[in-house]
Amino acid sequence: MCRWSPVYGCLAPTKLPQPHLIAEGLACRRGERLVFAGISFHLAPGEALLLTGANGSGKTSLLRLLATLIAPVAGKLLWGTVPVEADIAAYREQLHYIGHQDGVKLDLTPREILAFWTSLHGLAGSGATVHTEAALMAFALEGVADWPCRWLSAGQRKRLALARLIATPASIWLLDEPTSALDHDNQLRLEQAIVEHRASGGRVIVASHTPIGIADAARLSLDAFAPSSADLTAG
Amino acid sequence: MAAFGGLFWRDLRLALRQGGDTGLVLGFFVLAVILFPFGVGPEPAILRRIGAGIIWVAALLSALLSLDRLFESDYQDGGLDLLALSTLPLELAVLAKCAAHWMATGLPLALASPVLAIIVNLDLGEIGILTASLLIGTPALSLIGSVAAALTLGARRQGVVLSVLVLPLYVPPLILGAGAVEASMTGIGARAYLLVLGALSLAALALCPWASAAALRQAVE
Repeated sequence: MCRWSPVYGCLAPTKLPQPHLIAEGLACRRGERLVFAGISFHLAPGEALLLTGANGSGKTSLLRLLATLIAPVAGKLLWGTVPVEADIAAYREQLHYIGHQDGVKLDLTPREILAFWTSLHGLAGSGATVHTEAALMAFALEGVADWPCRWLSAGQRKRLALARLIATPASIWLLDEPTSALDHDNQLRLEQAIVEHRASGGRVIVASHTPIGIADAARLSLDAFAPSSADLTAG
Repeated sequence: MAAFGGLFWRDLRLALRQGGDTGLVLGFFVLAVILFPFGVGPEPAILRRIGAGIIWVAALLSALLSLDRLFESDYQDGGLDLLALSTLPLELAVLAKCAAHWMATGLPLALASPVLAIIVNLDLGEIGILTASLLIGTPALSLIGSVAAALTLGARRQGVVLSVLVLPLYVPPLILGAGAVEASMTGIGARAYLLVLGALSLAALALCPWASAAALRQAVE
């Protein structure tokens, strides 16, 4: 029998892989500008990392870099002992990236969109349906599941994007301002989802301006990694 | 495989639900062909002589109309990030999107062409060859177009840049497609033209997804 949880419903959280995520001296360049340099951290299963910093300090860049969407100009990203470039597909399977843009198509319904996202992770058929329904429930979207997304509010679209986290299991959650447009109840749902994710060995990296309740999260202030003028001329 | 099918059906559903996509392309195609008799005069012999060329040029332009939508909405709303991070290789994602694009534009164009062929006074055998040439050649239009659409992502005035980039590349399918009908009129037989056109589509099928995927990776950065 399945263990019922407020987030996953009847969907038992999958056992997630255990290697550590290790960043060593990451540096990122956007255009001509060196955004940050020398970022190192170590994220064991169940740990959370909260990114803070002024606008433009590189929170989004760091998340996109960790999502392998942009390549670092220096430094290494290791999944356990292996550099992520060595098996980038396996690493990508282990992550969810929720950016500012929600990827929601206005002419499709939330149920169709979630089913599509689930299929992108290789799930199909009745197993996939169970996953999408559980994900819709986790963010209280059952009521609007068959509406075209153009009728949804910004907060509902954000919840739909977040429902992706539940629809397919992945070990690393990279969340960029996940609480923007969310009301109080839904922020609690997200926090609950994060708690359960960490309990099953997942890890989260969150960039957020607004306070978000994540118990004993490590903090990384990107302001401290802004390159000095010496670095700029050298780079 | 689930991801390939999922992307194909989603794109097709989007194209059909947005209605405008397929309808607009077809409307443009029909109107562009109908304009020619007004311009060159209703002389049946002249129309018959240039008819296949007109229909092929109109088909190229109609296919071009819908190309900027191929990756643009995914690029704007962040869907491209998800595709880049999915288990589906980007090359196959391009292929799925091109297949959906062809189903929503190339196929309706080919199916509508017999009606327009009557307007330009082609006879039954030539209509068959024209339709066949469009069925064989339009996949190449979607595939070649995808490279240009991916390369111009994020460019200012994307539609114009896209046209300038892609129209020269459409010359070979145009020559072969219109040439097939002409060859059957002169009695040479269209077989060779259609075979080379098929080879062109197959070459595009093999090469274009790689080029588009490389351009998309640049765009995601």
